[in-house]
Amino acid sequence: MNLLHFINAFFSDGAHWHGYDGIPTRLREHVQYSVLALAVAAAIALPLGLLTGHTGRGGNILASIATAARALPSFGLLVLMFVLLGFGLLPVMIPLVVLAVPPILVTTYEAVRSVDPSPVDAARGMGMAESRILLRVELPVALPLILSGLRSAAIQIVSTATIAAYVSLGGVGRYIVDGLYQRNYEKVVGGATLVAVMALATLAAFWAVARIAVSPGVRRSG
Amino acid sequence: MIRIDSVTKRYPDGTVAVDRLSLEIPDRSITVFVGPSGCGKTTTLRMINRMVDPSEGRILLDGVDIQAQPVNTLRRSMGYVIQNAGLFQHRSIVDNIATVPRLLGWSKQKARARAAELMARVGLDASLAKRYPYQLSGGQQQRVGVARALAADPPVLLMDEPFSAVDPVVRKGLQDELLRIQEELGKTIVFVTHDIDEAIKLGTMVAVMRTGGKLAQFAPPAELLSAPADAFVEDFLGADRGIRRLSFFPSGELELRTAPVVAIDAEAGQIAARAADEAPYLLVTDLDGKPLGWSAAEDLTAGAIDRDRLLSYGRPFVPGTDSLRAALDGAVLSPTGWAVGVDATGRVVGVVSQQIIGEAIRSAHATGRSTAKVGR
Repeated sequence: MNLLHFINAFFSDGAHWHGYDGIPTRLREHVQYSVLALAVAAAIALPLGLLTGHTGRGGNILASIATAARALPSFGLLVLMFVLLGFGLLPVMIPLVVLAVPPILVTTYEAVRSVDPSPVDAARGMGMAESRILLRVELPVALPLILSGLRSAAIQIVSTATIAAYVSLGGVGRYIVDGLYQRNYEKVVGGATLVAVMALATLAAFWAVARIAVSPGVRRSG
Repeated sequence: MIRIDSVTKRYPDGTVAVDRLSLEIPDRSITVFVGPSGCGKTTTLRMINRMVDPSEGRILLDGVDIQAQPVNTLRRSMGYVIQNAGLFQHRSIVDNIATVPRLLGWSKQKARARAAELMARVGLDASLAKRYPYQLSGGQQQRVGVARALAADPPVLLMDEPFSAVDPVVRKGLQDELLRIQEELGKTIVFVTHDIDEAIKLGTMVAVMRTGGKLAQFAPPAELLSAPADAFVEDFLGADRGIRRLSFFPSGELELRTAPVVAIDAEAGQIAARAADEAPYLLVTDLDGKPLGWSAAEDLTAGAIDRDRLLSYGRPFVPGTDSLRAALDGAVLSPTGWAVGVDATGRVVGVVSQQIIGEAIRSAHATGRSTAKVGR
């Protein structure tokens, strides 16, 4: 009765690989929720972080909002949203986005703030427009840190997206929630293993993105 | 020509960075702003490309107010070099240099070709083109900074303490390089430094500023050294003002003596004749005419001159190219008190005593004839 036994039993059971409750389906659902939540969070937090970081204004307000948002329990928020909004994707997305915005926002702000001011001064003195300074001078240098913020947000989303199952949506959380309900620990352990594997895959994906997107001049000097 | 017309910069907290500054920056020459920190020299420079806007007064570029054109158009027409170079670390060297041409809409190919041309101009090896800034030394990075500023061939170059973060040897190299580039390109350069020696070395005109953003003196460097406007300028110029001023007196009119010079294979009669004729010391040269050292005439034995027993001849100067300062330095360095004049190839053309140099300095003072900077 050990963990490896559970894992082995779960993954070797052919029934777990087919149908609407099969591993491929649940993984696809999980990835869909996670990617959507990360995209929405990034769409909110990246522009805000870049702008506040570039202008240097609003940093304090940002930090306090982020801290407050971090204190919100995702599960509590899910229940509240469920009560307010009923079934659906929205009550799941809101807690995931709220979870992901602070790390993206704060690291993006800090990343842009910490860019060496002298190339920025040089760029401005050469007649570069502010938007171009932000996107062509500050962003490429801040990119490794910004990606690390996105990465930690993505990992938190992947592990927290299991709560979608509580409001009868899919995803790998299904196995955990159903397994607990059915006292089927094989299923619980299998679901948890899948979450862990997805978190590792997320790490690998971000590592690959950083390899491609970050200039060698920044990567090696950083 | 850039005309600064009673410009004041006052910050909201009441600090006055620049106080009613008026001066004219001549075309195709290097104008240096120098002064202690907080004297407003950098603020003045930054007002020329509108990185800072004046509170009062105006700045005219070729008679037109710099406020008249869009700020980024103005900035693209002026090269900008800052301390620590401020290179874009995510871009290769060639792309760093191509920045302004790209902003002006040149094709990538044309901009890169231009960048490669500039690398050669500032003395950077073409093999560095694909490198990133972190792979370059401080001095190389600063050369890239200068090349980047020159890329779009702007008539004006603004340089804000560009060489102050590198070590003295590299700095001297960069200064010499700047003077050489300036000779070729003839830009209107505005240069800010806190180093008075750098100001005197580079400046065609030097503006000495004092704390509170006031102009203390605006003059060519030779005039600054000979006639400082007040105690502040005199103090800021520091010690050795008189010696340093000699850099502006040419050595071409020194009367060189050839009599106290003998070749190492001289015969006894020659040595005796030379000794009787002139100084107590004779300069021995090798068969090529290059100096070996001094010796008292009576210590020289024809056919058996011992090179190792000769006295040091100091540092030779090149008459006409070097200044009286170099000549005097040579004379002071040699224990005999005589300086050795050589031609460009290092062959002795004659020797000159401290006394003769002293007379030349006196007559130069009397005629007040200091020229543009000479050699060293």
